[in-house]
Amino acid sequence: MRWKTRGVLPGFGLSLGYTLFYVGLLVVLPLSAMVIKASSLGPSELWTKVSDERALAAYRLSFGSALVGSLVNAVFGVLVAWVLVRYRFPGRGLVDALVDLPFALPTAVAGIALTTVYAEHGVLGQQLAKIGVKVAFTPLGVTMALTFIGIPFVVRTVQPVLEEIDPDVEEAAAVLGATRFQTFRRVIFPSILPATLTGFALAFARALGEYGSVVFISGNMPMRTEITPLLIVTKLEQYDYAGATAIAAVMLMASFSLLLLVNLLERWARRAEA
Amino acid sequence: MHQRPLSTRFSRDGSSPSRKALVFFLARSACLVIALCSLVTSCKKSAGAGTAPAASSSGSRAPAPITLLNVSYDPTRELYQDFNAVFAKYWRDKAGQEVKINQSHGGSGKQARAVIDGLEADVVTLALGYDVSALHDKGQLLAADWQSKLPNNSSPYTSTIVFVVRSGNPKHIKDWNDLVRAGVQVITANPKTGGGARWNYLAAWGYALKQPGGNDAKARAFVTKLYENVPVLDSGARGSTTTFVERGIGDVLIAWENEAMLSVNELGKGKFELIAPSMSILCEPPVAVVDKNVDKHGTRAVSEAYLTYLYSPEGQAVVVKHYYRPRDPDVLAKHKSAFADIQLFTVDELFGGWTKAQTTHFNDGGIFDHIYQPKK
Repeated sequence: MRWKTRGVLPGFGLSLGYTLFYVGLLVVLPLSAMVIKASSLGPSELWTKVSDERALAAYRLSFGSALVGSLVNAVFGVLVAWVLVRYRFPGRGLVDALVDLPFALPTAVAGIALTTVYAEHGVLGQQLAKIGVKVAFTPLGVTMALTFIGIPFVVRTVQPVLEEIDPDVEEAAAVLGATRFQTFRRVIFPSILPATLTGFALAFARALGEYGSVVFISGNMPMRTEITPLLIVTKLEQYDYAGATAIAAVMLMASFSLLLLVNLLERWARRAEA
Repeated sequence: MHQRPLSTRFSRDGSSPSRKALVFFLARSACLVIALCSLVTSCKKSAGAGTAPAASSSGSRAPAPITLLNVSYDPTRELYQDFNAVFAKYWRDKAGQEVKINQSHGGSGKQARAVIDGLEADVVTLALGYDVSALHDKGQLLAADWQSKLPNNSSPYTSTIVFVVRSGNPKHIKDWNDLVRAGVQVITANPKTGGGARWNYLAAWGYALKQPGGNDAKARAFVTKLYENVPVLDSGARGSTTTFVERGIGDVLIAWENEAMLSVNELGKGKFELIAPSMSILCEPPVAVVDKNVDKHGTRAVSEAYLTYLYSPEGQAVVVKHYYRPRDPDVLAKHKSAFADIQLFTVDELFGGWTKAQTTHFNDGGIFDHIYQPKK
């Protein structure tokens, strides 16, 4: 692309300047402050801080449960979006509104509500305890909370794409002799895959950084149910700003590379579709 | 038969989904920008209010009204609401000046960090000395000897650590050694994240240390055993109370006396009992004037008067009302029956002050971490 191409829309210079300023001020500036703070540690000190056993256990829990949570959302989010777009049923508007609730709810409220339901004396916790499943204060509870907060992402990214797909396309596929499964796999799935990946990535990123709801349901037991953001808070409690930012930088780099990977996948999926 | 939905979320008025999404996005951005702007202006406003001239300004005219910011920790909200009204009246009579005190509450460590990072508190009233010392160590906001500026270690009120059990005390919990028994579930917060919970830990440690033949090794074994009975470590004292009260988890909650009395007398009347152990720690939540900020705002005189007034009989009366132990011997004598007779030790006596206690027990690699380190 050439710099000087005259677009149809005016104001390219102005809007680009605004974009760069906006992203720079709100994203790049705080993040670089973080990196600078973390680099005040020597390399060996930095390495010990980010690679001790407790930190490793926290990364495993954070990335593991965020991954599981967003995978669950990727599958069920598509399902929910499908139902909302393709079927008319009483209460559809209500379900549609409910999907956004995890966005609107303060995360602490979500955490407390989930814990109330799943703790050993809770409505569901009681029943689950009978079959020997403990949710609250276990890694399963963490995953549950991260799934909850990720619900809207996949639904809201897939929904508009599904709306764009004309049901005629499906009918055409049927007329041409495709089975229902073939129609889904060859016609619908390729069109919604990029959006699903975007939703998955958003849900995953959101889950990684989640603190408010998880601290209530996780029980915060060191080595077992301590998420990485909690580790950052414990470092801050001892005014170890450098240590806290070091852990944060590890999180940031890991999530950035993962998001980049998902973006590449998504681009590949779009190209495959076209 | 499928039919293309006519009214869906994004295309209700027929415009294209992407266009609607764009409008939505722009609206959201606009909201964000407005929110940011109002935040900036409100910060400026509060800074401006702080720079109003102090009571010492010349002339017989009534001095301009003044605003103070008291940055405190969570459970003192109601205490300071009452005290601020009492002090405002006192200051009006004494200096003829209107004073409005804004309050900020949160976890003690979080509040201290906010002040270090630039929240312009005139006074801080936090849960432990370590957090106030951080204002000197990390921000040079007050003098190193802040704790000797006011009487009684700069703590106008104290509390201690007690137990809350379920009605009837089904597990017969009487003292600290009942907490390490097998089958007793203990609820306390994570001392690494909750300032208040550090007092709980030190109280248990001190009890073991003060037993006949007690030493550091025995105390460590005792505390380790106690934390093996803890099923959930909430991130702060409020969380532990919820776990114990709302979720019904645990047999005993380790809590500050003032919070325990509040739960037993007001919130959960008839459902809980307060158990006073034979000995415990003297919790000294300290108060301090933030030198750098009051000099900038010109609010030193009123800020110092504010904290000093906490020690007055009127201030101490407010303190007692909110279940803190008063320092004033007369006020204490009058309310002696309200507080259990517990043998109390201090952090300075047993742990050599807060900074040392923090480094030995709670910092990374400290004793608390070793309790949870996987055994190799």
